[in-house]
Amino acid sequence: MNIVVLLKAVPVVGTERLDSGLLTDRSVQLEANGNDEYLLEKALKLTETHGGETIILTVGPAGSTEPIRKALAMGAARAVHVADDAIRGSDMRATLEVLAAALRKMQPWDLVFAGADTSDGQGGVLGAALAVRLRLPYLSYASEIEPTDAGVRIHRINLTGYDILEAPTPAVVMGTQLLGAPRYPSLRGIMQARSKPVEAWSLADLDLAPAAVGGGAATTKTLDSAKPPERAGATFVREAPDEAVAKVLEFLAGRRLI
Amino acid sequence: MTVLNEEQQALRDAVRELADDKIAPRAAAIDQTGEFPWDVVELLARQDILALPFPQQYGGLGGDMISTLLVIEELSRVDATCGLIPAVQELGSLPLLHGGTDEQKQRWVPDLAAGKVLSAFALTEAGAGSDAANARTKATRDGDDWVINGEKRFISQGDVAGLVAVFAVTDTSPEVVKAHRHMTCFYLEKGTPGFTSPRVEHKMGIRGSTTAELAFADARVPDANRVGEIGDGWGLAMKTFERSRPGIGAQAVGIAQGATDVATRYASERKQFGKPIGAHQMIGAMLADMATRTEAARQLLWAAAERIEAGDPHAARWASMCKLFAGDTAMAVTIDAVQILGGYGYTTEYPVERMMRDAKITQLYEGTQQIQRLIIARDLLASL
Repeated sequence: MNIVVLLKAVPVVGTERLDSGLLTDRSVQLEANGNDEYLLEKALKLTETHGGETIILTVGPAGSTEPIRKALAMGAARAVHVADDAIRGSDMRATLEVLAAALRKMQPWDLVFAGADTSDGQGGVLGAALAVRLRLPYLSYASEIEPTDAGVRIHRINLTGYDILEAPTPAVVMGTQLLGAPRYPSLRGIMQARSKPVEAWSLADLDLAPAAVGGGAATTKTLDSAKPPERAGATFVREAPDEAVAKVLEFLAGRRLI
Repeated sequence: MTVLNEEQQALRDAVRELADDKIAPRAAAIDQTGEFPWDVVELLARQDILALPFPQQYGGLGGDMISTLLVIEELSRVDATCGLIPAVQELGSLPLLHGGTDEQKQRWVPDLAAGKVLSAFALTEAGAGSDAANARTKATRDGDDWVINGEKRFISQGDVAGLVAVFAVTDTSPEVVKAHRHMTCFYLEKGTPGFTSPRVEHKMGIRGSTTAELAFADARVPDANRVGEIGDGWGLAMKTFERSRPGIGAQAVGIAQGATDVATRYASERKQFGKPIGAHQMIGAMLADMATRTEAARQLLWAAAERIEAGDPHAARWASMCKLFAGDTAMAVTIDAVQILGGYGYTTEYPVERMMRDAKITQLYEGTQQIQRLIIARDLLASL
């Protein structure tokens, strides 16, 4: 079973900022999107158990190389990195075109794994949109993924337990953190990752015209960005633990909360 | 100045993340209970950290010396006990790597690299510390076997190791002793009849790392367990130190970096006289000195590693210089870290008192600082 994991390189959580064009500034240090790593871990476990390859697909700037290398160090067999200056400014719809074209070129594969959303874009639609675009079954919010004879079966948490859903492959699966924590790359993995293939594709490799993607092709636009107003009255406790505990107790007692 | 390559940086970052997530939360408990952290051994084995310095043909990763030092530093930054585990694994294995036959390496190294078996290095005795050549543990030939009698003391991980490099006297004739050809190295497997570990030390620091006394009462090993030629023991031990002393230097740099990090954060948060104490010049100057010394020790360590790996004729001097400077740095920096944290630093609520206790050992083992100076001075004078 060959599994393509969509891996986005996002700004290190907590360091996000917008550039002058109100786009996420991706010149900062990038890391693998946390929600994608749960799917990567599951893909690695599945291919280790059932055979096949875990393949990384990343669309993003040059700074994506390090997160890709980490995924290879964790055990992915190879990666495809689509990078092209014209992609900058793409909205989710334009990104979808790039991903769909790359996945078509990467065929054959059995499954595409997508994280629930990304820490910078937060749209949470790309998995579903890809399934529609590629005319494939879509299984969302998987808390467990296992192969069947002719396809794939997932668990999806419901109010009383979990649903079991099945689909024939190829299919797109979106999963949650219930799939399990990602592993730490081993030193052997890190050293082997240096010699694993990373294919670099441009838009030309995908037969996509620059005008079809990027800011010009975007159907949505960020008009403005604002920080929420600071909430008044917050008290920061920055003392050492003993003093801090005393202060918190005093605060609560003063309001008759304890 | 040494600049790390991409692979070295990736290895360092991976071990740093692992140390922060998995080992730092365990450090205080390991110190408090004084129990050897087998869970950390498993973790280091699983992540191939123990395999790093071993040759690829025997299941290792064939990592370079700086990579191994980076791993020891990053682990020691959060816990010196855990940082010592890969250092001792290499220490106990170096006589085998230097002097062993291919057959001996095939027999033992794969398990050492996989972390299935821990190793230890037994040279020191109660009456033979700095004067290690004066050891009394004896090995006597008996047919195809050797019979070992005596005691070793202060052996790091000696009781938890499955394979121990034991240096024993095989010839007492004065001219042989004078030529330092009186000792031979034997590898003893745990469970060998007559080979026991009667007690472990109660220590000031690195409390989770066991330091054992080893006893040999007619302990019998086949000649196949002799590593190197008869009389090679002393030479193998000295050759080992050229590679292992920088490991202790890395442990010391890690402790110093950990203490500097804690003190810097504290100085930015703790307010007195209306501002963070780091903004007071006296504390700021201490932090500046701590960071500068630590970086200087690290750079000397890497410079030494490059020269030792390149086969520099003064490898022993370089090994001693980096261990000497890093050990003294760790001691000075951790003392200052406790000073900056004041009363809090003296309590177990913060890690700096542990770091200060841990730092002391780096001035003592694998040759005291006095012995390092002796080696450096002798090499300087002999090079005229």
